[in-house]
Amino acid sequence: MNNADLILLAIAIPALTPFLLAATGKWPNLRDTVSVIASIATFAAVLPLLLAVIDGARPAISLVEVMPGLVIGFEIEPLGMLFATVASGLWIPTALYSIGYMRGAHEKKQTRFAICFAIAIASAIGIAFSGNLFTLFIFYEVLTISTYPLVAHKETPEAKRGARTYLAILMTTSILFLLVALIWTWNIAGTTEFRAGGILDGRLDPAFAPFLLALFAFGIGKAALMPFHRWLPAAMVAPTPVSALLHAVAVVKAGVFTMLKVGTYIFGIGFLGKTGASDWLVWLAAASILIASIVALTKDDLKARLAYSTVSQLSYITLGMALAVQMGVIGGAMHIATHAMGKIALFMCAGAIYVAAHKTKISQLDGLGRKMPVTFACFTIAALSIIGLPPFAGAWSKWYLMVAAADANQLIIIGVLMVSSLLNVAYLLPIPARAFFLKPKDDETHGDAASSRIEETPLLCLLPICFAALGCIVLFFTIGGLYEYLLSIPIRPESLP
Amino acid sequence: MMALIEANLPALQVVLPLIAAPICAILGRGGRSWAFACIVILATFAISVALFAQTYAGTIISYRMGGWEIPLGIEYRVDRLNAFVLLIISGSATLVLPYARRIVAAEIPAERQPLFYTAFLLCIAGLLGITITGDAFNIFVFLEISSLATYALVASGSWVNKRALTAAYNYLIMGTVGATFFVIGVGMLYMITGTLNLADLAVRIADHGDSSTLRMGFVFILIGIGLKLAMFPLHLWLPNAYAYAPSAVTAFLAATATKAAVYVMLRFMFTVFGFDYEFQADTLRMVVLPLAVIAMFAASIVAIFQDNLKRMLAYSSIAQIGYILLGLTFLTETGLTASIVHLFNHAVTKAALFMVAGCFILSAGTCSISKLGGIGRDMPWTTAAFVAGGFSLIGLPLTVGFISKWYLVLAALELGWWPVALMIMASSLLAVIYVWRVVEVAYLQPAPEGTVRKEAPLSMLIPTWIFVGLSIWFGVNAMLTSTAAGRAASALFDSSHILWKE
Repeated sequence: MNNADLILLAIAIPALTPFLLAATGKWPNLRDTVSVIASIATFAAVLPLLLAVIDGARPAISLVEVMPGLVIGFEIEPLGMLFATVASGLWIPTALYSIGYMRGAHEKKQTRFAICFAIAIASAIGIAFSGNLFTLFIFYEVLTISTYPLVAHKETPEAKRGARTYLAILMTTSILFLLVALIWTWNIAGTTEFRAGGILDGRLDPAFAPFLLALFAFGIGKAALMPFHRWLPAAMVAPTPVSALLHAVAVVKAGVFTMLKVGTYIFGIGFLGKTGASDWLVWLAAASILIASIVALTKDDLKARLAYSTVSQLSYITLGMALAVQMGVIGGAMHIATHAMGKIALFMCAGAIYVAAHKTKISQLDGLGRKMPVTFACFTIAALSIIGLPPFAGAWSKWYLMVAAADANQLIIIGVLMVSSLLNVAYLLPIPARAFFLKPKDDETHGDAASSRIEETPLLCLLPICFAALGCIVLFFTIGGLYEYLLSIPIRPESLP
Repeated sequence: MMALIEANLPALQVVLPLIAAPICAILGRGGRSWAFACIVILATFAISVALFAQTYAGTIISYRMGGWEIPLGIEYRVDRLNAFVLLIISGSATLVLPYARRIVAAEIPAERQPLFYTAFLLCIAGLLGITITGDAFNIFVFLEISSLATYALVASGSWVNKRALTAAYNYLIMGTVGATFFVIGVGMLYMITGTLNLADLAVRIADHGDSSTLRMGFVFILIGIGLKLAMFPLHLWLPNAYAYAPSAVTAFLAATATKAAVYVMLRFMFTVFGFDYEFQADTLRMVVLPLAVIAMFAASIVAIFQDNLKRMLAYSSIAQIGYILLGLTFLTETGLTASIVHLFNHAVTKAALFMVAGCFILSAGTCSISKLGGIGRDMPWTTAAFVAGGFSLIGLPLTVGFISKWYLVLAALELGWWPVALMIMASSLLAVIYVWRVVEVAYLQPAPEGTVRKEAPLSMLIPTWIFVGLSIWFGVNAMLTSTAAGRAASALFDSSHILWKE
């Protein structure tokens, strides 16, 4: 089987799984097995592609010409390959985790849930492999639509309201800004293909470059750049596996991935640096980092706090692109992987706490650490990784981003990154600290009988958590390979033969 | 025999349904009249396909009615543009008729059904005639045939709801005013040029140059057709006519009637008057463009507040007509392509959506949105069709709506009209709201108690899904439609430039 077929396979497996899921919906055990097998099969299709890309291959395939010159096609380059690996790789633990969570929390309509989940993964991989902006846009919209039922899953008025906000912001930004940016790009460049060094240099008047970039930056609503970040906290009404994989990994990373991709392959880092088109974005991203962190401090709801933390962390990646230096792209790309590992663990812990103890507020967590030691230990590891302390993975991406800021002579940005780390400490560490060191409150409404029944979460939930936490450590020690790999992202235009 | 048929295809296109109509009336009740109408329509569709194939490469078929020399006699003239429109009209009819059987049986008493199908055939004949003829007065004649048939069709909704009568009466008054304006305009052109043949008119008007009579003629024609195609603010007849007409009629009209009127508009503006006619260009940009933009927003906002699904879709149609008109006012090849491609795209989308509304009416007895709670579970296929059609209305990728939006925004950007491009997108966001309102009710709200709803019968589901399928197929692979529209646009563009250049 050649690489081009593997591309189709990697998208087709999760895209076709829904049919199997619908057919087996009556037998929950069979259905969940299908889910897990599909996730493993998808990863198995992605893995050989990763190896090929490491070896320097750039597999490509085009499917159909939609309008004259506009093709739905795929072409893999290192950045997309990384995103696809992260998304499909983390689907496996999440699929396992979902089983434990959905059954533990007695959620209804689990078949619909599994179906939409698989479609979302398929579109995330589609985004990762897109060979042009047009294809990317298509999968971007499919991702929005397919995650809507997941957010509205509980069908309560609150869930409906959250889902409405979710859809409204993502649709508004993508149609109003991103699509216009896409058509504008097509109009001036005559193509929407991703090319090393960008396609706009020499074609776009530098005076307009900041405006086009603004259309992209705000249009990619999934990157949750302020002021278009409200959808992400709103999406927290979804069941936790959704928040974990989709709203910490697949959906939001699809956003920042698109951002990086547009920066490197549409504008070109050289063009951005030369024209200073992204200078304003540096400051907006920096503001987004700080403001979101401060808002996170004020949230008592655990998932809401994590959501604002995500908003803040996503802006790191946007910042990496906006700095317009190679190290920024590398740091940003690396942050896609390291933040994914850390944040998925944090969300899984939040879900585990909900399943085991039915607690959603941070103020209710006092003393819970003694009853759920493994969960909270993993939470601590992941939190430290997000903060950026060695020996946890997050340390490296922050390091490279700081190097990038230094390369770009943005000393204030280095300061921003440091302050942000301190804010991370302030909003993340109190959570395990309360759980481990504070005594349970006496005025517990359910009485001692209820709280004494709390035990560690089901094994199916716990194993993925440990896996993700372990990942944070492993990634720290293997970062050299990742760095080497990311160096292969082309920055300059390929010299013509 | 075959050669004879082939030589007379343009005439047969119109004459066949026209002659079949009265025969349909005497066939008696039951399925006979329906079956007969189906056969006739199938033959009509085959003729359209043949004409489309013959003109696709660029040949122009000119047919002399009764052998009279042009411009004395009536000319039927088929080129890429109207072959495309003919295909839309007869194709929609071919799909609507099988769908109509069940829903008509539910909405119209048996003894009236033959007359219903008669009116239906007359309406089709009229619409095809408008499109195929190359003679200005002949357009008026067919306009009246199709309109009178439409009034009767709309009024036949009165077996379900008496309001159909006032809706039809309203439409009758407005439609007659429109037709009268049109014929006055044609009369003025005749005063100047002494001809009624469109191609001949074009040459003579270009020779004649601008004059106040020509201007008056242009304005009368613009308003006359504007009424027929429901150009904002001349759209007032449309919402009630669509809402209270029998469901099959609404689906058919939404796909075809306004499209034929838009075709006449295109023909007059870009063949007869020509791109280079400055007064027209000014009127389009100063008057029609703002009106089109207002339609896009106002009608969409009104649609958001409708409870009746058919009325909501009707208002959405007015907004969509705004897009088509907007494309015209750009006066560029891309703009025209956008308009022409949207003719087709909107036809398949809206037909599918109105058919869904019909399915709801048949099974749930209502298409009031507030009563459709949980219908996604009881009628999964019908509701899924609505979702797919709704995506196309919004203009999401992989649907035809996206292709239209793409060309429209591209045309605006080519001119550097930034605000217009953003407004096009902003108005599609309004579509998100009115579509999603229904989606939310259908899937996330519990069913009203004591309702029994079954999935719509296959005879209705299949035509609906064919339309949905078309709207997806031509959204994924739009080469055929966009090339056809692009060629038609460039043909219009080139021909009229040659005339006025001197």
